[in-house]
Amino acid sequence: MPEPVTRGEVLVDADDLAATYPGATVPAVASATFVVHGGERVSVLGPNGGGKSTLFRVLTGELTLSSGALALPAGRVALVPQTERSRLDFPVSALDVALMGAVSRMPWWRRPSRADRALAREALDRVGLADRAQRTFGDLSGGQRQRVLVARALVQDAPLLLLDEPFSGLDVPSAERLRALLDDLAAEGRGLLMATHDIEQARSWDRVLCLNRVQIAFGPPASTLTAQVIERTYGSEIVTLPGGVELGILPAHHHHHDHGGHGS
Amino acid sequence: MIAWLTDPLTHGIVVRAMLELTLLGVVSGGLGCWIVLSGMSYSAESLAHGMLPGLVGAALLGVPLLVGGAVGLVIAALSIVVVARVPRLDSDVAVSVVVTALLGLGVLMGLSPRTPAGLGEILFGDVLGVSDLDIRLAAGLGAAIVVVLAVLHPTLMAIGFDRAGARALGRRPAPFDAVLAVLLAGATLVAVQALGNLLVVAMLVGPAATARVLCDRMAAMMLTATLVAFAGSVAGLYLSYHASVAAGASVTAAILTLYGLALLWRAATALRGRRTAAAHA
Repeated sequence: MPEPVTRGEVLVDADDLAATYPGATVPAVASATFVVHGGERVSVLGPNGGGKSTLFRVLTGELTLSSGALALPAGRVALVPQTERSRLDFPVSALDVALMGAVSRMPWWRRPSRADRALAREALDRVGLADRAQRTFGDLSGGQRQRVLVARALVQDAPLLLLDEPFSGLDVPSAERLRALLDDLAAEGRGLLMATHDIEQARSWDRVLCLNRVQIAFGPPASTLTAQVIERTYGSEIVTLPGGVELGILPAHHHHHDHGGHGS
Repeated sequence: MIAWLTDPLTHGIVVRAMLELTLLGVVSGGLGCWIVLSGMSYSAESLAHGMLPGLVGAALLGVPLLVGGAVGLVIAALSIVVVARVPRLDSDVAVSVVVTALLGLGVLMGLSPRTPAGLGEILFGDVLGVSDLDIRLAAGLGAAIVVVLAVLHPTLMAIGFDRAGARALGRRPAPFDAVLAVLLAGATLVAVQALGNLLVVAMLVGPAATARVLCDRMAAMMLTATLVAFAGSVAGLYLSYHASVAAGASVTAAILTLYGLALLWRAATALRGRRTAAAHA
């Protein structure tokens, strides 16, 4: 594996960032001001349509910001998509998928080298799937697929990983395994940004960013995740509190879901 | 039996047809897999059918079909772009409206009092009548497609597998979509000479669709598609020779038969797998 970034380096510096989809008048996300350092695990909380995916699109360069400033001093950003949305019908092995990460480091006319293949195997080993390298991606379990997608991000060698609801649909052992892997990646100095709906999990990470089309709060979860912040983040959605208590929260204001097609 | 196999090969036109179809099979094996996996089958059919007025027009005016086909493709593509801009009209609807209209226009032109002699050839192709130029074009196209697809393979795989994540891998999908569309248009234009307006899609999509059922790796799928195209071509030409039926239609029927067999085989394997699993449970 290549050298990990040193802990504490600034990876994302967003200052009053706003992004609007082409043709829309209202920004899908606005007033986002936060910093992510190497080694930090940051969860991004918010309702569907709250701007989590929009923020990820801005960070990967798919969408340009409409106002504010964004610095990504460490460069490369890797996206780990939801495995439920990945293509299960594509004729590829786990190794093929991991190797796709190498594409980000080469011009369009180049092919992955022997070294890249070795790197892909190492990455699969790292996520505990060395023995599944030749299996068809679509035949793997949800947890295994999620780890293959993490391996692809490792081959990409990005200091910053964006994870889109990585725990959704995973059984408990798979989730435990993924959690340990993500903790390891943070421990070696990578920054993690995870879109999630799980408030309890957000409490166990280092920072939390609450989005509901505007930034509601950012900071350490213990002081940030107050009842008021959760209410403003989720509006009228039902929230599961620790202990499995379901809480219906009254709408703080009306939501326009004019970006329903873009997902959460 | 030996004569049954060798007789057709004593005819130059059959050998030429086999050569032409083999070259188109290579095109189909490579490009067809991307057409099937990127959901471009409908576009392939639309392009092939939408170019009919161009082909008939060329026959009426006595200019080369290749030129007419190229003009027809451009007109079809432009019409689709224009109609797709009509508000409240889904793009699939726009495409089907344009293609149906163009196909109808082509038929109307073909049935006019000055009906060109080769309308049947335009619709169903004349694989036994391919010219040296056709074969050279197919060879050039095959070579170009193999080279382009080989060079772009890593990127096409990454985009095909995870379109939404392509940007994070430093690739914008749009230019690569455009390359596939251009290759598809070129392949349609060249293959239509041999297989005709109505059958060309079967050759471009059928072998890859068959391979899709049988393979779970891209390289194996491309190789299998090429072999299916070749097997279908040979079987179709023998059927055509011995049963005196149209060559293009025979080849199409052979490819579709292979597709049906692949589906049956897949269903049978799945059933056996379930039985085995049940026996072990």
